[in-house]
Amino acid sequence: MEIYRLKTPLDEVTVRALNIGDVVYLSGKLFTMRDMAHLRALELLRKGDKLPFELKGEVIYHCGPLVRGKKVVSAGPTTSMRMERMEAELIRLTGVRGIVGKGRMGERTAEALKEFGAAYMEFPGGAGALAAKAIKEINKVYWKDLGDPEAVWEMEVENFGPCVVTMDSKGEILKRKENRH
Amino acid sequence: MRIEDLVDAIRVMETELPADVERRLREALRRESGLSKMIMEAIIENIEYAKERHLPICQDTGILEFFVRCSEGHEVIREKITEAVKRATEEVPLRANTVNPFTRENEGRNLGRFHPIVHFEGVGKEPDVVEIDIIAKGAGSENVSASFMLDPTQGIEGIKDAVLHAVSKAGAKPCPPIVVGVGVGGSLERSAYFAKKALLRPLDHKNPDENLAKLEEELLERVNALEIGPMGFGGRTTAMGVLLEWGNCHTASLPVSVNIQCWALRRISLEWRESDFRILR
Repeated sequence: MEIYRLKTPLDEVTVRALNIGDVVYLSGKLFTMRDMAHLRALELLRKGDKLPFELKGEVIYHCGPLVRGKKVVSAGPTTSMRMERMEAELIRLTGVRGIVGKGRMGERTAEALKEFGAAYMEFPGGAGALAAKAIKEINKVYWKDLGDPEAVWEMEVENFGPCVVTMDSKGEILKRKENRH
Repeated sequence: MRIEDLVDAIRVMETELPADVERRLREALRRESGLSKMIMEAIIENIEYAKERHLPICQDTGILEFFVRCSEGHEVIREKITEAVKRATEEVPLRANTVNPFTRENEGRNLGRFHPIVHFEGVGKEPDVVEIDIIAKGAGSENVSASFMLDPTQGIEGIKDAVLHAVSKAGAKPCPPIVVGVGVGGSLERSAYFAKKALLRPLDHKNPDENLAKLEEELLERVNALEIGPMGFGGRTTAMGVLLEWGNCHTASLPVSVNIQCWALRRISLEWRESDFRILR
């Protein structure tokens, strides 16, 4: 288990070096994207349109933050599995290098991470206040019409973590004891 | 009953965990190792930081449900609760979570059709006292909760299987260490109500029925034997408690609901005696 302090955007070599069980602290930009932002992004990208923000090399965060004015009050991760049906396509169409969420993702995402050189990491679920402490400011907000939790918030973070790599770019998935009863 | 008291109570509920829950989480930290220990450390640090800064523990401040016991004035109480939720959304603040299920439009105040959810449960322990329990329930754990209509012949073993199946299938999604509310009997929707209602009982209050207390203990042991662990990283603490509530049902039915609660069990109990207001936790 290694501990990494990484600055976004991430390059392929850096991400390919990550292994499951490694712990990452991120500095730089995070883009929150959950259910509705995934849906809208894919609708645009499938038509060949551009997104109003560039995701190549960037890290997206499965999160619906609690924001007041310019201040992030609480911003932990949301359940990533809801994005499973959309994530592989988003990785392929945008070149995103990192995904932060919680609770694991599925096989299709794992294959996309391997093919395109990206990693899935988990921040401790429910630790919203702690996450907000590492978020320094909001740069921009996109798609506010989706409602605050579903909008895309471009955030500046410093030492955002611990983010545990649970799916790496080698196709490895951290083993979990689920669906055993 | 003052609206300010309700807003204050919502703030306390969203920013500070009940003492029994915090104690169980600290016990879990002592039991765990490796990645699970690291997760528990982050959870404890988060609880302390949120309390110190008066910040919501989790960004998912949940759907607010109110369980009210009083002799009269239901509509006035409902109006006060509605106003309190609107103000708390601004002042605590709370994330605007309620949307139209078809259009997904968010009206921004945690209100809208049939919100907040208020259950009127008849008269409290004394006729002139108003009692309200509140729970803030996040979607991560509500989404993996489930109801089962079992055959009566499946009996107690069927109930145990339903609980273990729901918890095992939920895995890391509901943010373990979880608390499991189990509702047995009634009807389909009544069992779901019992399961949520069960989550209001403090973790160190035993079930008053001795056999059910034993069943709760057995289920807690078996849930922890699944070794899902904190945030699904394995270990000895999958759940902090299993709490059961029940009612009689049809002879041909065995309704069972399992309400899974994340580690951030945000509940609070309130009491008004005329103008005298108390928070009971």
